Amino acid sequence: METISTLAYLVASVLFILALRGLSHPESSRQGNMFGMVGMGIAVLATLFHQGIDAGGFALIIVAIAIGGSIGTVLARRIQMTSLPQLVAFFHSLVGMAAVFVAAAAFYSPESFGIGTQGHIKPSSLVEMTLGLAIGAVTFSGSLIAFAKLDGRMSGAPILFRNQHWLNLGLGILMLVLAIAFITTGHPLLFWAIALLAFGLGFLLIIPIGGADMPVVVSMLNSYSGWAAAGIGFTVGNLLLIVTGALVGASGAILSYIMCKGMNRSIINVLLGGFGTDPSAAAATGGSAGPARPVKAGSAEDAAYIMKNAQKIIIVPGYGMAVAQAQQVVREMADLLKKEGVEVSYAIHPVAGRMPGHMNVLLAEANVPYDDVHELEEINPEFAEADVAYVIGANDVTNPAAKTDKSSAIYGMPILDVEKAKTVFFVKRGMASGYAGVENELFFRDNTMMLFGDAKKVTQQIVQALQK
Amino acid sequence: MNPTDLAIQAKVQAEQAMSLAERAMAAAHAIQPLAEAAHPFLLLLTIFLLACFVGYYVVWSVTPALHSPLMGVTNAISSVIVVGAILAAGMAESPTARVFGFLGVTLASVNIFGGFIVTRRMLAMFKRKG
Repeated sequence: METISTLAYLVASVLFILALRGLSHPESSRQGNMFGMVGMGIAVLATLFHQGIDAGGFALIIVAIAIGGSIGTVLARRIQMTSLPQLVAFFHSLVGMAAVFVAAAAFYSPESFGIGTQGHIKPSSLVEMTLGLAIGAVTFSGSLIAFAKLDGRMSGAPILFRNQHWLNLGLGILMLVLAIAFITTGHPLLFWAIALLAFGLGFLLIIPIGGADMPVVVSMLNSYSGWAAAGIGFTVGNLLLIVTGALVGASGAILSYIMCKGMNRSIINVLLGGFGTDPSAAAATGGSAGPARPVKAGSAEDAAYIMKNAQKIIIVPGYGMAVAQAQQVVREMADLLKKEGVEVSYAIHPVAGRMPGHMNVLLAEANVPYDDVHELEEINPEFAEADVAYVIGANDVTNPAAKTDKSSAIYGMPILDVEKAKTVFFVKRGMASGYAGVENELFFRDNTMMLFGDAKKVTQQIVQALQK
Repeated sequence: MNPTDLAIQAKVQAEQAMSLAERAMAAAHAIQPLAEAAHPFLLLLTIFLLACFVGYYVVWSVTPALHSPLMGVTNAISSVIVVGAILAAGMAESPTARVFGFLGVTLASVNIFGGFIVTRRMLAMFKRKG
């Protein structure tokens, strides 16, 4: 029996690896997701038919799966794609809390996992349990804050107070002391003290991080949820949990790295928080306006005329496009232009959207074929040959100052070389600066024409003009 | 040297060898629990590190366009923690542990179903030209 379940776990591990492997291409991805589901099914069934599980327990488990499964199904079916990041953050918090529950279960019933008897758990198991518990609890409360910030239930502005980092450091040291005390004594009170402190730490670690940095935070918490699972895997000696935890942990870490690189920031810099609210930086850039610099403003008709006669157009969408719910009408515009024989493609910055790859999903939802959508490195050389760059809802990621102005807050950030296109249309409500609080150089270039107004309305007007 | 002396010397050496063997056995006995504890941990650690490498290479091969579905899938599979919760809910002696197991299974199930379904929804939208 033991051998069969171990083999089943091995099969599930392989299927999980194949699930991730499938995501290397959209065509193989759906099959990959299926592998993941089958792997999970095998793992759950192999555990359910474990010899030690009694009838009452079996019923309890079925009820729990039924409740959780229906909630999960409803949530996943109803969620709008723009709210995807919130959902993912919420799901991460559940993994974290589940890790806390499993650690508690293992603590109160060590016999079930063969790690000792009540009150006499092996010290090595207590170390692993502490890790799983603490990381799980941090993941739970941290993800809840990320959820609240992304969902607008809490202001996205960083919450800063004096000696914040010293407080966190002190609590971190306290955590270490509690952990050592717990490992040597195994006292239940210490178990719960660690859980409480870790909840507090998760909360304190995420509140100073601003809304614009949430893609990094969501990726990082993804990684944490994996490490928590691996910690629990070590505690209960389960290979499948360890392998899966490592896969997820590595995945989240890589995504965090890609997001940080996309903003030219170090992970430490993101974690210390407070980005985009430095009052002196805002005053220096926003305030330097003095006499307003001249910009060229155009109408939708002008834009439609120029685009109709172009040969190559690159659309640069940002999160603002999704906020205005303009992706559908942007695709209509692209379709009309394609009928006129214009070559249309889309350029996506790594940090466009609120989580890694968010913008690709939003465009796919609006029926934009994925082979029209290109990543930064791929498309940057093409701007020089483009007649028009249509920037909609993006700002900081197009600012040429990132390449030249060393004093700029976004200096060194990789940007889309929009300014190299013959004409740049910049759809924007007003002259306000982006998340980084930096004014965009691009507005004042000779080849830039501002199209002031709501992203959806402006694009609709262009569509109407094109239809005439 | 007469045969009697030789015999006595041999006997002394044999006794010494015997006592050494006894000490070695005692030492081995003393170490045994430690070895038993260390061995499975090292095995698990080896598997963990190898899995980290597998994860590293597999995830770098994921196309950036599918990074959101990647998060959806990893989110779903990290809920395999449900395995631990099932064991607790189904076979624990202590009622407290059963309650924690039950709660763990519930939360992890939200994630398993939610994660896979939302990923499937995302992936269904990615279409080729024409």
